Amino acid sequence: MLDPKDRIFSNLHGQESWNLSQAQKRGDWDKTAQLIKKGHAWIIQEVKDSGLRGRGGAGFPTGLKWSFMPPVDDRPRYLVVNADESEPGTCKDRDILRHEPQKLIEGCLLSAFAISAHVGYIYVRGEFYREAERLQQAIDEAYAAGLLGKNAAGSGWDFDLYVHRGAGAYICGEETALLESLEGRKGQPRLKPPFPAVMGLWGYPTIINNVETIAVVPTILRRSGAWFAGIGKANNTGTKIFCISGHVNTPCNVEEAMGIPLKELIEKHAGGVRGGWDNLLAIIPGGSSVPLLPKEICETVTMDFDSLRSVQSGLGTAAVIVMDRSTDIVKAIARLSKFYMHESCGQCTPCREGTGWMWRVLERMAIGNAKISDIDDLLDVSRQIEGHTICALGDAAAWPVQGLIRHFRPEIERRITAYTQGNAHA
Amino acid sequence: MVEQETEPFLFSKANSTLAKQIVARYPKGRQASAVLPLLDLAQRQSGGWLPQSAMRYVAEYLEMPEIRVYEVATFYTMFNLKPVGKHLVQVCTTTPCWLRGSGDLMDLCRRKLGVEKGQTTPDGVFTVVEVECLGACVNAPMVQINDDFYEDLSVEAFDGILENLTAGKTVKTGSALGRMSNPYRKGE
Repeated sequence: MLDPKDRIFSNLHGQESWNLSQAQKRGDWDKTAQLIKKGHAWIIQEVKDSGLRGRGGAGFPTGLKWSFMPPVDDRPRYLVVNADESEPGTCKDRDILRHEPQKLIEGCLLSAFAISAHVGYIYVRGEFYREAERLQQAIDEAYAAGLLGKNAAGSGWDFDLYVHRGAGAYICGEETALLESLEGRKGQPRLKPPFPAVMGLWGYPTIINNVETIAVVPTILRRSGAWFAGIGKANNTGTKIFCISGHVNTPCNVEEAMGIPLKELIEKHAGGVRGGWDNLLAIIPGGSSVPLLPKEICETVTMDFDSLRSVQSGLGTAAVIVMDRSTDIVKAIARLSKFYMHESCGQCTPCREGTGWMWRVLERMAIGNAKISDIDDLLDVSRQIEGHTICALGDAAAWPVQGLIRHFRPEIERRITAYTQGNAHA
Repeated sequence: MVEQETEPFLFSKANSTLAKQIVARYPKGRQASAVLPLLDLAQRQSGGWLPQSAMRYVAEYLEMPEIRVYEVATFYTMFNLKPVGKHLVQVCTTTPCWLRGSGDLMDLCRRKLGVEKGQTTPDGVFTVVEVECLGACVNAPMVQINDDFYEDLSVEAFDGILENLTAGKTVKTGSALGRMSNPYRKGE
């Protein structure tokens, strides 16, 4: 369990005010200029040493990503923060935006300096209207205090930061779709390479990071990369905000050490599974895109990138969706398929056509109106989508379906048999 | 998209000032980046939806081909291409909300307001729509009405909210249980 003194987001639940003076009392903006005076290379090295992996779902090492920026020339460079939080189950960035905005803003300055950018945009999902409003107020406060703008925080570095609201599209959380959207177009992902670090916003070098990733940077620099690396497990370091939703007694967001056992996470922080642990059916451990885990695996698995990958799932955004034994598991996954159908941008055929096809088949399977051989056909189609699209939305649509079949095939077969027999007798 | 000619659209004085500030956030020549915020502004000024005249105005304002603005307006779900009620009730029904009873909230809309999803009440007060995950999953089930989130809802709490909105009263936003995203209620 995370030692309280290692907690980064001390105001995650909005116990205290979000405003600048309170944030400064909590330690934000403490001698920021001194951190900047240590130089670009020092910041990038500390972040590399911390082992920080991107908190938006893919888990790519942040320091490494930053080092992909080309050498400084006379072109503009940009920092873009991805606050298009829309992965079902995930609501951690929302709390950073409304309760800890100064951690994010200070993180923007430090990260932008690290990659030599003078301008940053924070892309906030459109539905987070109040959160964007709060963030703008916090940015205004930071400007008024001289923490942003010319010679930001007395560091000698000029940095301007803007909020850009989206307008309702999950796909804009994909980094190149986000850039398209920020440039004023439909949010359809770009082919890579070139990667945004080389050719990003308006064609210029750009780094895109998740809100939580950027918001932990100031604390890492103050307390050292080694400190962050000492929390959690090797290659899965630091603290992480977990969102625990679904059938638990007290759903919540909580910051914990990476690698905490899933069972402990739920029992300590979310009041346990509704009706007790033995009432558990399955858990989606990392947001809707990752395959579910049945109870047997949930007993022992730990919450980190590598452990969850080894059980054919993933940490994703660390959004834990708990389902008890009252859940219609086929319906639950069918609803996710409907989500991906709705959110597919329509650019690639396998995803545009496949997501709707999978949803329709799952809706039939939920009532048993299918053939046993349809299960393998569904699996086959999911594999034709996976890896055959420009962005990872195709994969994200395929994985929950594959997880369902992997762990609940007998349940689907039972429904099909019952439905077929019921019809035969009628 | 509503095709018929609507009254010519012009930003109000206040919105003109805002629009200038918004465009200034982007480098010179990159004003197309302001299309989402300006369409949002135009939609607010038009009472919650985007008439074609407003989209055309934004296209002209940003020196963009009209088609580029239309395709943006049709791509993003928050732009309403036909009129909506005074209160746009957006019920999240994605799995985390569904697990905690969003179906019952949808049923209540049907029962109480007499409309199916996508429909507006005859008096023009409520439009009910089904939306995908709104990112408040630890406070599920939740509903967004216009700009505000209403969270930790029970059928009774949601009923009370609709009741108060019908009566034109102000309604408390946020968690119906008075909690944030933490496990505890206020005062515990």
